[in-house]
Amino acid sequence: MKSVYIASDNIITSLGTTTSANWEALRNGQVGIRNISDPLLYPSPMPLSRVDNDLLEESFQLLLKEYRQEPGASSFTRLEKLFILSVHDAVSGLPIDYRNKRTLFILSTTKGNINLLETNTDPLFPPQRAYLWELARVVTGFFGFSNTPLVISNACISGVIALMTAYRYLKQGLYDQAVVTGGDILSEFVIAGFQSFQSLSPLPCRPFDEHRDGLSLGEGAGTMVLTTAEGKGVGQQVKITGASATNDANHISGPSRTGEELGLSLLNSLQEAGHQAEEISFINAHGTATRFNDEMESKAIAYAGMIQVPVNSFKGYWGHTMGAAGVIESVACVLALKENVLIRTAGFEEPGVPEPIRVITGTEKSEMKSCLKSASGFGGCNASILFEKV
Amino acid sequence: MEQLINANIRITPFQVSVNGRTEYQAENFITFAEFIKPFFKSLNLGYPKFYKMDSLSKLGFMAAELMLRQIDLTRYDNNRVGVVLSNSSSSLDTDLAHQQSIQDRSQYFPSPSVFVYTLPNIMIGEISIRHRLKGENAMLISERFDSRLLFTYVNNLFREKKVDVCLTGWVELLNEQFDAFLMAVEPSTATFSGETSGALPFSPETMDELYKTT
Repeated sequence: MKSVYIASDNIITSLGTTTSANWEALRNGQVGIRNISDPLLYPSPMPLSRVDNDLLEESFQLLLKEYRQEPGASSFTRLEKLFILSVHDAVSGLPIDYRNKRTLFILSTTKGNINLLETNTDPLFPPQRAYLWELARVVTGFFGFSNTPLVISNACISGVIALMTAYRYLKQGLYDQAVVTGGDILSEFVIAGFQSFQSLSPLPCRPFDEHRDGLSLGEGAGTMVLTTAEGKGVGQQVKITGASATNDANHISGPSRTGEELGLSLLNSLQEAGHQAEEISFINAHGTATRFNDEMESKAIAYAGMIQVPVNSFKGYWGHTMGAAGVIESVACVLALKENVLIRTAGFEEPGVPEPIRVITGTEKSEMKSCLKSASGFGGCNASILFEKV
Repeated sequence: MEQLINANIRITPFQVSVNGRTEYQAENFITFAEFIKPFFKSLNLGYPKFYKMDSLSKLGFMAAELMLRQIDLTRYDNNRVGVVLSNSSSSLDTDLAHQQSIQDRSQYFPSPSVFVYTLPNIMIGEISIRHRLKGENAMLISERFDSRLLFTYVNNLFREKKVDVCLTGWVELLNEQFDAFLMAVEPSTATFSGETSGALPFSPETMDELYKTT
């Protein structure tokens, strides 16, 4: 069995286009969710976390110059640009030949280029671009990766499943390194859908709070490069030591009533890593701020005997970024471990879940060893992954 | 430790086969709905939830239903039963229906019961609810049926000791085109109690052969 280290990463959200910009924002308690009026997304204003379009276009133009690549920016969709920028930022400067056959590429997304289904969309893109494997091929084609991309679309746990899969393949020696990227964009499609479920909050979301009333949607992309290489100057300070996915087998759009299945996933990850609950420095929960999700998560944490472990959610900063969430939140967890900082849960004030979990209310320095990241989604799926300092 | 394919199911327009034997057939030139409904009824399941599902979930559900008549899951811990499926068009068939409902502002009627099916892993959720399967699950997307992709993922689950048995395969449906190919993968040490004795080695080559011939 090989050790799997985090070699580099990137986060693109409303809070910035690099990991460090996002990390600074999290440290300073800066919230990226804004009231946005865009009739192309929704008829009335709505709190959303959106990547600034001018910044995105400008950054992409610069990147194209660097790659001296034809065709130009107009031949990539907005989501493809996000993915390409994110992967570029994560792989550039690495002493790894990521184009070789020993590199696994995994792409996680829930809806991909779903906006291409709108009839008013630019006819520049063939309908084939709405297929997730084609989206992944455009991204890997840009960089010249040699392996066929592995594409995961597993609702809101897609990003965690993508990292888990890369971890397991690397651990078993199937590849030497993996580039794992996750992304999704805001679209009328997704906003109308969540609105029909009445699961969107009229104000920025408030994970685990008594007065929470739904989630805030966000968009973005994130990338994590994993490697089994030791001592090659890629600064392996954090490794992955456990991961697990489970299913509630209860309801397709509502979480488990008991939280046992997510709880089991947490326990499986702990067990694989050979740790006790008290050895975990903090849990980064899914924490969407819907009534039922947060309730279920508190039960799961209690079920796993981890009620003493500090818990946070990043959704109050950049919203629920769907297929990107598992990746970008994991990147922030890794940074929290490296920097020894517990990040407070933006939006949380008053405890409002059935189990007395320890929601982090103030950003503070704290000696860290390990972190458990969890996610749950439609279809009753749950996943968790454990990061620990070397 | 190697694994075996202990049963396989194929559903195409308009034929259903179990371990290579045709079990159900319908005349050509009917729709998916006209095909799947009488087929569902013929099994007498008494499971009204089926009618609420989208077409992709119905297809996956029926394939799993037939599969779990072939292998005995009761001897496994349901936390250790894996479900790993793949397809090409994700949930595009239902995505188009949801898009239709929001396309025109004067006829704007998005529905939660449609929207929930705009994720391909909902099919895994439906199968899991029906059979109380709580183990590892994943939805992978590839242009075509990719035996190596599924083999690698599932074999890795066994190597990592995450599952004792795994359902895996391809469940694709878009605009009346559909194709389901499901396999039950068990370790070679498991004593097989199904009705067939045709266990095959779990390998990409066997999967390709089965996919071509069933």
